Amino acid sequence: MTIAFGNPDRPNSYIGKTVPRPNAEKLVQGRGRYVDDITLPRMVHVAFVRAPLAHARIIGIDTEAAKAFKGVLRVFTGADLAEVCTPWVGVLAHLKGLKSPPQHALAVERACWVGEPVVAVVATTRAAAEEAATLVEVDYDPLPAVTDTMTALDADTPVIHPDLGDNLAFRRLHEEGDVDAAMATAHKVVSARFRTARHTGVTLEPRSILVDWNPAEGQMTAWHATQAPHMMQTVLATHLDIPESRVRVICGDVGGSYGIKVHVYPDEVATAAIARVMARPVKFIADRLESFTSDIHARDHEIEAKIAVAEDGKILAIDVDDWTGIGPYSVYPRTSAIEGNQVVNLCGGPYDFANYRAQTTVVFQNKAPTCQYRAVGHPIAAAITEGLVDMAAAAIGMDPVEIRRRNMYADDAYPVTSPAKMRFEGLSHHASMDKLMEMIDYDALRADQEEARKQGKHRGIGIASFIELTNPSPFMYGIGGARISAQDGCTVRMDPDGSVVALSGVTEQGQGTEAMLSQVVAEGVGVTPDKVRIITGDTQVTPYGGGTWASRGAGIGGEAALQAARALRGSILEVAASMLQSDAAKLDIRAGQVVDADSGEARMPLEELGRIVYFRGDTLPKGLPRELVQTRHFITMDYPFAFTNGVQASYLEVDTDTGVVTLLKHWCVEDCGRVINPQLVDEQIRGGIVQGLGGALYEEIHYDEDGQLLNGSMADYLVPMAGEMPDMQIGHVETPTGESELGAKGAGEAGTAGAPAAVMNAINDALRPFGAQVTEMPFTPERVLRALGKIDD
Amino acid sequence: MTAVFLDKVDIALTVNGEPVEGRVPAGQHLVDFLRQALGLTGAHASCEHGVCGACTLRVDGQAVRGCLMLAAQADGAEVWTVEGLTEQGSSRDLQQAFVARNALQCGFCTPGMIVAAEDLLAQGGVPTRVEIREHLSGNYCRCTGYEAIVDAVEDVARARAGKGTA
Repeated sequence: MTIAFGNPDRPNSYIGKTVPRPNAEKLVQGRGRYVDDITLPRMVHVAFVRAPLAHARIIGIDTEAAKAFKGVLRVFTGADLAEVCTPWVGVLAHLKGLKSPPQHALAVERACWVGEPVVAVVATTRAAAEEAATLVEVDYDPLPAVTDTMTALDADTPVIHPDLGDNLAFRRLHEEGDVDAAMATAHKVVSARFRTARHTGVTLEPRSILVDWNPAEGQMTAWHATQAPHMMQTVLATHLDIPESRVRVICGDVGGSYGIKVHVYPDEVATAAIARVMARPVKFIADRLESFTSDIHARDHEIEAKIAVAEDGKILAIDVDDWTGIGPYSVYPRTSAIEGNQVVNLCGGPYDFANYRAQTTVVFQNKAPTCQYRAVGHPIAAAITEGLVDMAAAAIGMDPVEIRRRNMYADDAYPVTSPAKMRFEGLSHHASMDKLMEMIDYDALRADQEEARKQGKHRGIGIASFIELTNPSPFMYGIGGARISAQDGCTVRMDPDGSVVALSGVTEQGQGTEAMLSQVVAEGVGVTPDKVRIITGDTQVTPYGGGTWASRGAGIGGEAALQAARALRGSILEVAASMLQSDAAKLDIRAGQVVDADSGEARMPLEELGRIVYFRGDTLPKGLPRELVQTRHFITMDYPFAFTNGVQASYLEVDTDTGVVTLLKHWCVEDCGRVINPQLVDEQIRGGIVQGLGGALYEEIHYDEDGQLLNGSMADYLVPMAGEMPDMQIGHVETPTGESELGAKGAGEAGTAGAPAAVMNAINDALRPFGAQVTEMPFTPERVLRALGKIDD
Repeated sequence: MTAVFLDKVDIALTVNGEPVEGRVPAGQHLVDFLRQALGLTGAHASCEHGVCGACTLRVDGQAVRGCLMLAAQADGAEVWTVEGLTEQGSSRDLQQAFVARNALQCGFCTPGMIVAAEDLLAQGGVPTRVEIREHLSGNYCRCTGYEAIVDAVEDVARARAGKGTA
């Protein structure tokens, strides 16, 4: 039996409908339970002494004054923790040539970025731990700091890790066709230099972990604000020498993640190591300055790129030279080479063209490590691609929508393989563009722009098509040797009262995972969603899974839940058929009742079936299978990734006197395959767009040339606020993936992928009459005025 | 000039309508006192310097940053947190609107957002979307993109105004 998705009136039709999130009510009542809300008996707090210099040898550490401070119990140095915690190396075998030095929980001998944890102070209160941390005296011998990406490989630049030979972490060149020949003979070649600023996630809940070690049980329990509990279980077990089965990671409510909380952080591992030593609960909650200096950063790229087009607008070649600085270590275990690698994989993504060359150069520097953050590499690739396409359109006098239509893969062309060797199962660039044009009323918008121009107002329309990588297979990490699960599992059981419990390996970070799972399971079994309780985020309880990353929750975790739910339905109906002297194929379950499939006539409520199975099993035939619990796992097999596509539009106004950009409206049409919960998908896209808008207009981590972080507070690192953000209209085209019955692809990163490119193109559309152009994000008033030639000092 | 700097201060206040007494470290912030001493974990510490609004509380009728006010300063004050507003039922419609509109994702900013929105709604009338956005600009949300929050607050303002004139 398959689900008739095309029929919205089918029984139990919860997939495709907006149903409430089961976990939202507790959060609006302030009854969430985040890590910092948990207090355990004998719990102590750890605060870290962090490196004040970007690169320095540690000569000596004096902890006496700190140890004497009231409330302080223990002080740990890097050497202390190295005895109980092994270092790690953030490389993956399939990223050929990627290198990185061993990284310790606390710096040993050398500190390599401002904010690297050096000493841990444990006290009975956080306040005492923090105050005592200021009393630790670390004697540093300053070493030269490497802070510029583009000169990191120069002969006269110091090598950060002499054992590695140079500052090159990773380089990949991909070539397809003959780019040089295409460029040489093309009608027009347009080149540009792009820059995306260093960002960080600014989760409102800072990184948080509470770890207990119970030596009597030989069990470690970590309450962790994480996206990947099973990955963390492996990591803690491996580096603290505990059997994996004896590490339990519990992930309750998490206050925002966006990729920040999917990585291994030295201070969090140190907290676990300290719990192991002290055999009592140890809590670490990063403060905001620690968040800015030690959460992963991302997107610090500088790019030279060229596009060649024919007279009719056909793209002939794209050439991309991407550079990024990742800090002193490749982050464990996902590595810091993925973002650059994604730029190579994704540039030119929507377009059918032949000649492509892209190289990424990933270098070490003495700044906070960078790693995967929402929409990894996509906003960069989209900005490069869509920026070039708009510039090419302007160069040949073609409308930006028209040039895209002439180059996007035809909607009936799939499956296709892109020049970057990405395989697309089914995308809908043209249908999505058509829908966008309808939504924005393109001609009317152009008329409004022209009218505004007459009044001295400079408005711009920016379009950005994009692709997005979702539903990753082991090709993302597993093949490189990382114990990061691409498969996911779900166990679904029916309890005596007829209610259903589903345990899933994907996690809830606020995106609505549990609502999505509840409606999938409700439809799969045949109960109402309120009869389904979802349990996620506990490695001792849920099936093994990957958690939340690369937009996989709905596509992978949702399919596992659907298959487990349908298997449970089968088990229930087998028992029901025996009880009702019927044929299971002639029965169905609807809204918690076993019914006659043809007539819909109620035959038995599930609680009656539950009563019999659990309390009067003696009345059932001997040998009748009566396990009302089923587990299924799902992994994608046909494609390494399920690509989605979409197109965004930005309408904005540039004040050419002040350089201020005012966002007027934003649109996005997205094709994430089957939409399970329209409201949740739309809100994921809106939230993602705003994160992208932050990158386009405000967000930029600043370091000085010595590697000092200059803006480590929320007052100085600007994130979007309510007053600056536009209303956003979201539309959908649905091209379900054939890899699963559910047909869902990911939706959580699409907004972030395309928004910066749309804004850049809109600003440049507004500035075009002035002959001005911006390509360096964020597009601050200063950069806009410089582009206009109004500031030149 | 005071002779000694007190490192512990005795305070008496009402929290969510209940009398509370405490002996608090002089440097302890009000939000930490509520969270750690009283177990009221609804208000959250996030930026810890008054920018993000996640710790927003109602103190003597005003929306206040719990990370900028010391517990010692709350002596004699009337403090309400999201837990109290929930028990009292005064924000039920707003909370329901947040759930219905999915005006929260991770929920970390939500308690502060509710208190801040109530501060605006208490002024009466139906604020424009621009006014709602302006009023909530001191409350960061990193998940939703704000539109759903503005929708929820606007819906509640309309509904409350409708009831008021009926």
